[in-house]
Amino acid sequence: MSENRYAYPEYLVETTWVAEHLEDPSIRLVESNEDPLLYETGHIPGAVKVDWFTTLQHPLRRDFIDQFEFETLCSRLGISNDTTVVFYGDKHNWFACYAFWLFAYYGHEHLKIMNGGRAKWVAEGRPLTRDIPTYPPTQYRAKPPDTSIRAFRDEVLRHMEQRLPLIDVRSPQEYSGELLHMPGYPQEGAQRGGHIPGAVNIPWAQAVTPENSTFKSPDELRTLFESHGITPDKEIIAYCRIGERSSLTWFVLKYLLGYPRVKNYDGSWTEWGNLVNVPIEK
Amino acid sequence: MSIDSLSVLPPRLAEILETFGLSDPQGKMELLLEFAESLLPIPEELADLAGQPELVPECMTPVTVYMHQHEGRLRFYFGVPPEAPTIRGYAAILQQGLWDVTPNEVLQIPEDLYSAMGLLHILTPQRVNGLIAILAHIKRLATQALTLPPASHPTNL
Repeated sequence: MSENRYAYPEYLVETTWVAEHLEDPSIRLVESNEDPLLYETGHIPGAVKVDWFTTLQHPLRRDFIDQFEFETLCSRLGISNDTTVVFYGDKHNWFACYAFWLFAYYGHEHLKIMNGGRAKWVAEGRPLTRDIPTYPPTQYRAKPPDTSIRAFRDEVLRHMEQRLPLIDVRSPQEYSGELLHMPGYPQEGAQRGGHIPGAVNIPWAQAVTPENSTFKSPDELRTLFESHGITPDKEIIAYCRIGERSSLTWFVLKYLLGYPRVKNYDGSWTEWGNLVNVPIEK
Repeated sequence: MSIDSLSVLPPRLAEILETFGLSDPQGKMELLLEFAESLLPIPEELADLAGQPELVPECMTPVTVYMHQHEGRLRFYFGVPPEAPTIRGYAAILQQGLWDVTPNEVLQIPEDLYSAMGLLHILTPQRVNGLIAILAHIKRLATQALTLPPASHPTNL
């Protein structure tokens, strides 16, 4: 087996592939951005929008929409159980991976990320439109949540106590506790700074080529994670501030490198750094 | 911030905020997009004075703010990348709402401008923090305008 190959390449498509499948009714393009207005300024023809805050989050609790709300969402977007959903977005596909993760959580089977995301599509001069498409509603049936890809705090604590691998994908300044929030976001975040004891710091964007937003090669990715002791033989938990950046790392480990057991801790530092009586390392 | 306190705002800004306050969430987003598209380009003479925008790591949008001062009146110009329309929209609201105002008028703007606009339900807390940071920055520039001789102050945010 060639080592320089993604483990599950079928979960990644190139912009060329997407351009060739714009009219394919078995495919639904979904744009998921950090900026909530970017889709409205122009998107790939036929693409629908999910906003990670107003669409995917529960309106009241700190949680995601539930299984039934997810079914309603898919029906509204014209996604049926056998639709292939292709995600793309801004910021190196950061929020595309977040949406992908939630779709995987509710058991959707056919999922892909468009390599390079929105920035690469635009840089290649490919078409954008402002037309908002509508699709006939579907009878979508979601599966119960797949907790094998989502970690909750008690589990993270046990994981830490057993000295199992944890990846903190935030910036080095957040990891060190120098900052309580993302650079540039004052007053955002947690009561305490630092990281979960034992976590290694691998900032999420290191998995991406900055010039064109595409994922780095399998060899580069493997070296990046293995050099920090992150190997496929153990269960791994990744976290960041609210679980969005770490969903990109989760995607890389699970689908591009084929690590069998990877979880995203979406509570992340905004939960851990506010919890009473949990260990913190600086 | 209550609607009553809109009276301390420059009239154009108060008018914009009132329009936002009366719109439903979808309408607010449409308005914000219209503002994003109306952001004025930075005049060449100001742009020439500016240094490189400060690029903050992670996802922070690099925003450059320029203040133009003439006969005690201020104008603000913003450099915001096109892929950040929400920030562009917000910058355009401040640009139009604070066109030819005095430094003191800027300093009187309440910090919780956003609750009057009803943006808290459609934007995430960290994005609202980013907007608060832009307002705070403008206020610092207005303070400088009170103390420094009239000139253009290009700054990076």
